[in-house]
Amino acid sequence: MFIDFFYLLRSYGVPVSLTEWMALMEALSLGMAHSSLYGFYCLARAVLVKSEAYYDRYDQAFQHYFEGIETSEKLTEKVLEWLENALPPLHISPEERQLFQEWDLDELRRQLEERLKEQKGQHHGGSKWIGTGGRSPFGHSGYHPAGVRLGGRSVNKSAVKVAAERNFRSFRTDEVIGVRQFEVALRKLRQLSSRVEGPLDELDIEETIESTAEKGGLLHLTWTRSRKNTMKVILLMDSGGSMFPYMRICSQLFTAMNRASHFKDLRFYFFHNCVYDDIFLDPYCRQTHKIKTEQLLNLLEQDYKLIVVGDASMAPSELLMVNGAIDWNMYNEEPGILWLQRIAAHFHHAVWLNPILEEHWEWTEGYYTIARIKEIFPMYELTVEGLDQAIKKLKVKI
Amino acid sequence: MSGKQQLFTGTADYIASGELQNSVNIAMAIGRPLLIKGEPGTGKTVLAHSIAKGLQKELFIWNIKSTTKAKDGLYVYDTVQRLYDSQFGDHDVSDIKHYIKLGKLGEAFVSPERVVLLIDEIDKADLEFPNDLLWELDMMNFNIPETGETIHARHRPIVLITSNAEKELPDAFLRRCVFHYITFPDEEMMKEIVHVHHPHLEKTLLEEAIKAFYWVRNIQGLQKKPSTSELLDWVQALAVGGIDPEKISKELPFLGVLLKKDRDFNSVLQRLSGRGAPRRTSLPGLWQ
Repeated sequence: MFIDFFYLLRSYGVPVSLTEWMALMEALSLGMAHSSLYGFYCLARAVLVKSEAYYDRYDQAFQHYFEGIETSEKLTEKVLEWLENALPPLHISPEERQLFQEWDLDELRRQLEERLKEQKGQHHGGSKWIGTGGRSPFGHSGYHPAGVRLGGRSVNKSAVKVAAERNFRSFRTDEVIGVRQFEVALRKLRQLSSRVEGPLDELDIEETIESTAEKGGLLHLTWTRSRKNTMKVILLMDSGGSMFPYMRICSQLFTAMNRASHFKDLRFYFFHNCVYDDIFLDPYCRQTHKIKTEQLLNLLEQDYKLIVVGDASMAPSELLMVNGAIDWNMYNEEPGILWLQRIAAHFHHAVWLNPILEEHWEWTEGYYTIARIKEIFPMYELTVEGLDQAIKKLKVKI
Repeated sequence: MSGKQQLFTGTADYIASGELQNSVNIAMAIGRPLLIKGEPGTGKTVLAHSIAKGLQKELFIWNIKSTTKAKDGLYVYDTVQRLYDSQFGDHDVSDIKHYIKLGKLGEAFVSPERVVLLIDEIDKADLEFPNDLLWELDMMNFNIPETGETIHARHRPIVLITSNAEKELPDAFLRRCVFHYITFPDEEMMKEIVHVHHPHLEKTLLEEAIKAFYWVRNIQGLQKKPSTSELLDWVQALAVGGIDPEKISKELPFLGVLLKKDRDFNSVLQRLSGRGAPRRTSLPGLWQ
């Protein structure tokens, strides 16, 4: 019964296991769904979905399975109206503009309608064409979800309607969210020291009792080494002008990092678009507050975990050319890419967090430099999910 | 499970949404622990009290701390006491059973009636903690090696687990739970909730306070959003202070009850003055 719903859920990325499916069957046979679709919606969600982060995917799968939402005339109109309003603020790079300059608004509309049709029912996590961030030719955040929400206009509180409301969209872990979520993610970045190093400075109560009891009640103190987090982290942040749109998300990460008290050592450094001979000590990238990159690398042991935050988007010359640095008074004798390679080679673990969502990497202005830098650093998007993956990468044993 | 299933429908002092009631009943029917998550202050812990009260069952609360071990909930073997007793020789130490104390889970197992067991803030404990309880929650029994005794649950307790999502819970554990996320109540439901706690409140005061509360909550970028419990305190402060309902959303008196962070406080005041309310140099009646 419903077994294809099980597979559909899995294909939507809801991790459902057989144990849970059997529990659902048991509950159904007890009549817990109260013979209504809404009852089934609640029941299946409670039994199958184990994190609010998956509620949204569940809603979408449910909606897909139990009713394909029609794209009615009215809906399309609304979307188009909306699109018209939202077009002006889009920034399109010269290359992209060339691609689209023959298109008039009608053509754009036609394309959008097509996308909409293609996406219906299987859209989750955005697509490269219609997505968040406002940089892709068609995209703007919130467009598609709004469309879906408009879908369930029925007055009755049907289950599909509730699913279509997608109230849990903001809990998705691949959405960009706040400091708290970052903190939770960062907490996983820990590495407890083994009990082989450090002084014997902690009373081992269990052992003391054990050995005292063994000695027939004669008190015998036993000491042990305490376990501490040995994780040392460097956050290297781009504070260039192109990072300006992502200031909010970066400052959230920054706050979360700062609050995370469990690191043995945590250092912040800054650069402007790309790293060259110097690294800056504050986000204003002042010439007076800097340190030679080479010196810094000598200073920092290789077991620091390096997290670079930057959009990796720059003119190719900034990355590849001698004297390519964007600041007029900086003369770099070696291209930036060489410095990036040196830095990546120095640390055992290094990752790059990009505030541009991964689905846009191939389409954004800086796609070329993103691709080149991606070859040097493992790159993840700066979302909670991306940070999670990055942390996993940082914890891989070498 | 035999006999007619008792259904949880909320209690007079706790408003549970239909979905939440449903989840509680599902968990009871299929005999699995109910895992509750939700923003702080959405009444996760109070839910257990309400279930116990609604179904007239005894409630056992097992508060989890960062040092709690899974075994603590089953039983504790008080070796130190036994050691002392042996040293002074005034107790009979030959029977180990005297030194085995059941933990909350153990107590819930041996209780002669079906009880409600709350495992509060499970995410406070070590990452492995939930995994160590899998067998006990599944099979409803555990073994005490010291005495060779096996404790079986006489009645499967109604297990409620709350989590603040400080740590991820292991998949194996999640698979065995029924999950419910308590969403933040909307204005209508909030009115009911406040009404339950302060039944004699003036209607206009309540409405104005709730309006202002949601206005504050919806301000972007607050570090700590005010929650239900803060609203309840605030409403009480407003009522006790005899504040004119019309002034509430204009002046947000006693704002310190709602907001606990300096930065939030300032940004809300800034918004308030930007919204067209008269700008004040001094802030009368603030608790900070």
